[in-house]
Amino acid sequence: MNVFFYIAAVVAIISTIMAISGRNAIHSLLYLILSLLAISVIFYLLSAPFIAALEVIIYAGAIMVLFIFVTMMLNIGLERETEKKWLKPCMWIVPSLLAAVLLVNLILALKNVKSIQPDEEAILPKQVGISLFSTYLLGVEIAAILLMAGVIGAYHLGSQKKKVKHRFLEIN
Amino acid sequence: MLTVPVETQILFAGIIFFLGLIGLLVRRNMIFMLMSIEIMFNSAGLVFIIAGTHWKQPDGQVMFIFILAVTAVEVSIALALILQVYHHFKTLDADAINNLKDTN
Repeated sequence: MNVFFYIAAVVAIISTIMAISGRNAIHSLLYLILSLLAISVIFYLLSAPFIAALEVIIYAGAIMVLFIFVTMMLNIGLERETEKKWLKPCMWIVPSLLAAVLLVNLILALKNVKSIQPDEEAILPKQVGISLFSTYLLGVEIAAILLMAGVIGAYHLGSQKKKVKHRFLEIN
Repeated sequence: MLTVPVETQILFAGIIFFLGLIGLLVRRNMIFMLMSIEIMFNSAGLVFIIAGTHWKQPDGQVMFIFILAVTAVEVSIALALILQVYHHFKTLDADAINNLKDTN
């Protein structure tokens, strides 16, 4: 059981290093998604299966897709000439190896599935929900207000309707 | 049951946190700086989960859900700001936008 933790930790550390040291933003984002998947494995091993699912769905699924959309909108590092370089082995061999390590981890975990099942001491989503909506109800309401402010702020900052600018605001 | 000592788990979360901090300090591209902030948020949440598992309380997972909400808001606002900065300055270099008034 412990070896799964160490494998996932090593994968997470290596992919995080590759994510912060990359040149291409899209490649770094894919490494970061791999790091988040490895950390979700660790969450599962730490008997928090609900949080592991949330990590995959929200972090790797929603937030990183938002990053990738914005990076593609800004058109960073997307030269057509470099497209052939991406198919070289040095570009895809490292993330493929790291993802393969996670896959082997999963296969080994499925082989001895009795030992990797969440034990009775696991904190189940029911306990989390009861605690979330009884003890931390005020925090939930504050988070709702924060999300509302985030929606309004993102809409306001993202709108590009103003074609006519004041002359002090114009570049050039 | 995971029998890795809790010090090792905290050490792992600390390594991830410092990788994010190094990325935030070294990189000047704002997309990469935002990614580093995400890494640090994630390692902070990892510490909450480790502590919640160690004491067998659901409070750590509740705190992780709050961190998730804060992260979603922060990412959406920061990416909208990055889009605006890119439309104004045509660059993502954080050092290029250190002026309050347009100089060019």
